[in-house]
Amino acid sequence: MKIVIVGNGMVGFKCCEKLRSKLPNPNTQITVFGEEPRPAYDRVHLTDYFTHHAPEELELAPSSWYADHHIELKTADPIVKIDRENKRVYSSKGFEEEYDALILATGSSPLVPNMPGTNLPGVFVYRTIEDLEAIKAYAPKARNAAVLGGGLLGLEAAKALVDLGVGETHIVEYASRLMPKQIDHGGHEVLQRQLENMGLKVHTNRNTFNIYGHSKIEGMQFSDGARLEIDMLIISAGIRPRDQLAKDAGLETGSRGGITVNDLLQTSDPSIYAIGECAIHRGMVYGLVAPGYEMAEVAAATIAGEPNHFPGYDLSTKLKLIGIDVASFGDPFPPSTEYRAIVFEDRLKGIYKKINISNDGQFLIGGILVGDAKEYNMLLQTTKNKLKLPANPEDILLGNRGNGPQHGLEQLPPDAVICSCENVSKGDIVAAVSNGHENFNAVKKCTKAGSCCGGCSPMVKDIITHTMQQQGKYTRKMICEHFEYSRQELYDLIKIKELKSFEDVLDQVGKGDGCEVCKPTVASIMASLWNEMILEKGNDTAQDSNDRFLANIQKGGTYSVVPRIPGGEITPKKLMVIARVADKYGLYTKITGGQRIDMFGAHLNDLPNIWEELIAAGFESGHAYGKALRTVKSCVGSTWCRFGLHDSVSFAIRVEERYRGLRAPHKIKSAVSGCTRECAEAQSKDFGIIATDKGWNLYVCGNGGAKPQHAQLLAADLDSETCIRFIDRFLMFYIKTADPLTRTATWLNKLDGGISYLRNVVVNDSLGIAGELEAAMQQLVDQYKCEWKEVVNTPALRKRFSHFVNAPTEKDPTVQFSGLRDQKRAAEWTAAKP
Amino acid sequence: MNTITSTTINWLYACNTEDVPSNGGVCVKFDHLQIALFHFSRRNEWYATQNLCPHKQQMALSRGMIGSHSGEPKVACPFHKKTFSLKDGRCLSDEDECQIDVYPVKVASGRVYIGFEITASSK
Repeated sequence: MKIVIVGNGMVGFKCCEKLRSKLPNPNTQITVFGEEPRPAYDRVHLTDYFTHHAPEELELAPSSWYADHHIELKTADPIVKIDRENKRVYSSKGFEEEYDALILATGSSPLVPNMPGTNLPGVFVYRTIEDLEAIKAYAPKARNAAVLGGGLLGLEAAKALVDLGVGETHIVEYASRLMPKQIDHGGHEVLQRQLENMGLKVHTNRNTFNIYGHSKIEGMQFSDGARLEIDMLIISAGIRPRDQLAKDAGLETGSRGGITVNDLLQTSDPSIYAIGECAIHRGMVYGLVAPGYEMAEVAAATIAGEPNHFPGYDLSTKLKLIGIDVASFGDPFPPSTEYRAIVFEDRLKGIYKKINISNDGQFLIGGILVGDAKEYNMLLQTTKNKLKLPANPEDILLGNRGNGPQHGLEQLPPDAVICSCENVSKGDIVAAVSNGHENFNAVKKCTKAGSCCGGCSPMVKDIITHTMQQQGKYTRKMICEHFEYSRQELYDLIKIKELKSFEDVLDQVGKGDGCEVCKPTVASIMASLWNEMILEKGNDTAQDSNDRFLANIQKGGTYSVVPRIPGGEITPKKLMVIARVADKYGLYTKITGGQRIDMFGAHLNDLPNIWEELIAAGFESGHAYGKALRTVKSCVGSTWCRFGLHDSVSFAIRVEERYRGLRAPHKIKSAVSGCTRECAEAQSKDFGIIATDKGWNLYVCGNGGAKPQHAQLLAADLDSETCIRFIDRFLMFYIKTADPLTRTATWLNKLDGGISYLRNVVVNDSLGIAGELEAAMQQLVDQYKCEWKEVVNTPALRKRFSHFVNAPTEKDPTVQFSGLRDQKRAAEWTAAKP
Repeated sequence: MNTITSTTINWLYACNTEDVPSNGGVCVKFDHLQIALFHFSRRNEWYATQNLCPHKQQMALSRGMIGSHSGEPKVACPFHKKTFSLKDGRCLSDEDECQIDVYPVKVASGRVYIGFEITASSK
């Protein structure tokens, strides 16, 4: 059999996959013609291309995939003609191909409204990587840009413009609300406010009839005569199915476009199929990828002789638009006589939720979520599977007030579809877990669930955990083979038994010899509990390498030196000391992101001498090498700044000196800002403090790094003493309960009940442990000593800082530096020997 | 036509036992050679390996943490935590081909010696 696929977008690619898995015999010839110059790529994540990706990273499969699966791929060669009588297709490059079955997956093109000016320079559509590249090249010249169309793709395009740094971005929508297909007016209002908070300008009820400009776009004109002056425009007004090839071949098409197909996805010629955005099924053109994938499955099944049909597709969607969750599921707009609605709105937080319930109160029909769509998967499953609602249906909207989140999972029938992109059911996932795939990556590999848009990942993870628990297989998070405890359990054991050396801990609660995982974990717990010198009692070799030598190891094996500069405040005299020391020992100097000075390139042998000089001048260890408090950054505050409300520098110094040397499951960063302008960026820190006219706002669990996360408000308008007390409680609670190497942001994300629970513990003392936490912190504060001062003054400890045990004064001769901008740098890694 | 191979071990003095931290390592210099010497005091064992981590060619293994995996003694490089068997030098972290050299260690009267094989062949 010969199968030809026309179009190599996401749906065309999916069809290749499905066909080859159903018809694995290479005698079934599969040929794909694609118009774009590259293999199929992920259009759903196209906007990411601006920020992170090279085009290859969006590829669904490398070119070799096609060869490996005996599929012939012809790129940059669209089909131009179908000869139905002789069952042949002709390509633009002159290829001629016979077919037994022909699949049209020609997709759609952007709908460009018929009005003057759409071809002016500065006017773009948003569809292909080439479109994006053109937008990217043009955006730096644009000051004011607009997106025509406030639908899903339009908002994506607006985000792209914001990411590209365009000065002001407008969204122009013809309808009275944004995303008119997905959300109602209440949802729109919340969404619009959130977008405006981000600096986007939203215009609804705007009928654009003219785009004007001379040599390039200068503005757009609306039917009421108003104008909007812009120098760039992205048109995102919908899609137009690409059906010309089918029309030319005499196939039936819809009156407003689209190749007409039946439930088997056959066109009016039964040996020709149409799938994806080019097809019209029961009057619907589907502009989303999930129904396209389902169509690919049904068409492939029909061709392979398996009975199947396409019944239409649920248009439920969940998106994150510019950081805002927007979702609609089931029927978001049922006829008004058929349902009752429950609406929850929190304007302050920008959350709008509406659920539509059958008149008898028994079933969920559909709904809309804006600002917070955590419950989306559960609500969708409740709707699709016609699960009976609880007596108070609002419970499902307001989250678990008593019932655990697992409650709903058990109720789901095995055929409930969890991953709609790949059509994976709950039963498939349970079966995979039962067959030994006991973590998310294994299940993802085995079932493909979560491999496309990733929206179902949390639910897949919950099902895995739940299934393992039911099978009695679920095991606790153990540290490693030497300790069958979680970090929290180990913390409690070490505390109760008052263990103070790694050997004692291993003897009393562990087994074997320890390893590079448990040693630093135990060492960190002991430091958090007792705050004793970490290099004594044989604990030196249980420390992570950086802690063992109290410095950060760098490329080449030298170390960096970071003295503490609390709040970033330093006298000229101390600056001169740093300059003198760095010069004397030949160190590279750089200001760090945390407002201190890092000196790189120190030989192990030199570290005690360097620190001796720094300590003599009044410096102390900055703990840059430890999983410990790093810095408390500050803005200049009310002592100099004309906007400052309080003295942020003094408070930052007080906070830094209180928690200096505090060891924790991971590093801790902090900042204090003197007013709401937030120059110290406190909301990106593990704990951040911002001055208000009444006191301090305390934010917690923020993070920069690979997965940035804003800190959340823990308590507002605190006086300084209360603020410190709350930080004491917060930090000790984190130290007590977090897993190893877990930053506060991740810890909070995993904490049942999230910020409300944390607030209850810290502010309302719901566990009755506040006094204990504060006392534990005070003990650590009282115990503080500068580690480097102890090393400098203890000959036995000092002796360990040499490279050669049998030649203590010789430095490592393999260390190499090269020059860069009048300083030195480490020599580049050399490749591993073959 | 027979080849006779004889191997003798040349023992070189490295340092005294108290110079090496318990359950940790030090670096020993023999001319241009750098050897990592470990006192696995928990198991009452001594090991010696090359000091160079083959992954990124760093002289660092002596500063690594030692431990065991299913009973096999190992060292973790401080740079990227690749682990190597202290017994035979094979890389335990992944299917990497990289391998480190290991050397025999002998302790006598508080003095630690590292052994180097000298192979002589004669026909």
